[in-house]
Amino acid sequence: MPGRREFLNTLMRGGILAALGLLSGAVIFRSRDEKSCSYGFDCSGCSRSKSCMLPAALEARQMVWQLDMTKCIQCGRCATNCVMSPSAVKCTHAFAMCGYCDLCGGYFKPGTKTLTTAAENQLCPTNALKRKFIEDPFFEYTIDEELCIGCGKCVKGCGAFGNGSLQLQVRHDRCKNCNECSIARSCPAQAFTRVPANKPSLLRGLGPELPKETAKKNQANG
Amino acid sequence: MDKSRTSYPVSRTLYFVHRIIPGLLFLLLPLITLPIQRFPKPEFESAYTQPQTFIPTPRAEFLAYLDVFVLLISLGVVTWLVLKKRSRLWVFFMSLFSLAYFGFYREGCVCSIGSIQNVSLALFDHSFILPLSVLAFFLLPLIFTLFFGRTFCASVCPFGAIQDLVAFKPQPLGSRLNTVLGIIPYLYLGLAVLFAATGTDFIICRYDPFVGIFRFNASFGMFLFTGILLLSGVFIARPYCRFLCPYGVLLNWTSRFSLRHLSITPAECIQCRLCESSCPYDAIDYPVTDKSPESRPVMVRKMMILTLLVPFLVLIFGYAGSRMQDTLAGVDARVKLAKEVMALSRIQDAGYGMQDESFEIKAYKASGKTESQVYSEASAVLKKFYFGGWLFGGFTGLVIALLIAGRMLPVYRKDYVTNKGRCFSCARCTDYCPIKS
Repeated sequence: MPGRREFLNTLMRGGILAALGLLSGAVIFRSRDEKSCSYGFDCSGCSRSKSCMLPAALEARQMVWQLDMTKCIQCGRCATNCVMSPSAVKCTHAFAMCGYCDLCGGYFKPGTKTLTTAAENQLCPTNALKRKFIEDPFFEYTIDEELCIGCGKCVKGCGAFGNGSLQLQVRHDRCKNCNECSIARSCPAQAFTRVPANKPSLLRGLGPELPKETAKKNQANG
Repeated sequence: MDKSRTSYPVSRTLYFVHRIIPGLLFLLLPLITLPIQRFPKPEFESAYTQPQTFIPTPRAEFLAYLDVFVLLISLGVVTWLVLKKRSRLWVFFMSLFSLAYFGFYREGCVCSIGSIQNVSLALFDHSFILPLSVLAFFLLPLIFTLFFGRTFCASVCPFGAIQDLVAFKPQPLGSRLNTVLGIIPYLYLGLAVLFAATGTDFIICRYDPFVGIFRFNASFGMFLFTGILLLSGVFIARPYCRFLCPYGVLLNWTSRFSLRHLSITPAECIQCRLCESSCPYDAIDYPVTDKSPESRPVMVRKMMILTLLVPFLVLIFGYAGSRMQDTLAGVDARVKLAKEVMALSRIQDAGYGMQDESFEIKAYKASGKTESQVYSEASAVLKKFYFGGWLFGGFTGLVIALLIAGRMLPVYRKDYVTNKGRCFSCARCTDYCPIKS
């Protein structure tokens, strides 16, 4: 009697081990990063790019959450739906793109008559966007991250009337990198994606070697 | 204050560029907010240097492997403490360490319980990349359990550790209540895998009661839930582990076939009954000395009922699950959007306009997707939920049938032994056993 039970137990143990092995093998070898080659290779000239056999999981990249500004509609949910309060999503300024406008669509409320830093003129609800005179007629805009709540009001204004240098980004020094981002779940535009941790930013307009651009190129190449 | 605004000694073109164009754009109120270089980067005459945009880096990747290493080491240590040293005190100290490291330092993320969803999603969506560290968090406790019992639950899991701390007055619940409440984790597991595999939601993480405590940050509803769990945990030891934890289901079934397991006594049981009430989790099975309590015809009838009952329940529940397709898929964002788009097109067909568009509709319009694209995406999701519903329902039926079978069939047990499935290997009972070697 104990002999038979022992034998069945061993059999089951072997079965479970085999099942776990199969499961992990399937999970590893099915993982492909279709959106961008996370190896950092430029796959545009690669003939195998359509059926790349290198499983992305083997590359052992940690993934982090990031906001894709090409999809973002600035609904304001980043400010309210993060597990952190204030949100880990903040406005980030790509200075290289900024036009240093006097009449900044991200800074001033629409219809503002006098372009002063008076509180009633400001679009930002928390005075996180700072305006500094550089030289006539240019002004520098910086973000006080401690104050920024990630509501995206300035981002909307800048994108609609300016260059779009103010962009919402997940700040990874604050982000808890939840298994499933609670903002991603409620994002109406599905603008949140997981990106490899070595390329954590989807900020646009910083230079020619943008992670987004290469990703787009890869996508165009299938 | 801006002193520069008092005069505007710039050319008309610059004035046009800086005042009139934005003014016109204000009037147009364009929908598209993509970054476009509308205004060229100025050439500064003053010695102004453009500041660098600060991009914070995420947590270093090697730290994820440090976590795996700590997990491996703590699993090894706890297994040794439970099986060899048989010391409740040291197991308790280890649980404090786990609470500090996996709980408050790592803030409960990523945990083995939640990794079920990552593995399910990775299995069905191959664009989702499962980091190896997450896979290790999923596999290591299962492998350890397969050989040594649920030592992971004993004091590596921070959720178990925090509940163990508050289990002051555990009351026995009785086998019937334990069985009925024990169905919940199976349902939770089934739903979690279903929602994760369809790419809808990670419900284990969403309704995780303890992450809020570890981060000192949660919504009021979640704090309420956690509070109720911990308060009830004073009398019902480890309510989450026993009656909610979906990973516990996997550990339960692997532990049943474990090579070695914590035993109450290191030698022969002398039936002193001292351990009887030591287990706060009702995981000690009492001896059933009656070897054949039922006559052969009764047993045959029981077996016949069971062989009919199992497929019957699987089919009935599977069918019910497939009929729940709409309800289950209704949670999915893609299906929700399709419903909204359908409502919108109906309103437009009737010749009316939407007064307040939802953000979802705005995003849909901005994305440039066609109506049929949205519908076909949603119907693909619905199809997944139809098959998923069959599987989830069938699984539920099977679980219930097996639980009924477990209660119907007689058992024979000579001594007081730990229930290998339910035992968390907390080593409390070893302290009560008078035999020490």
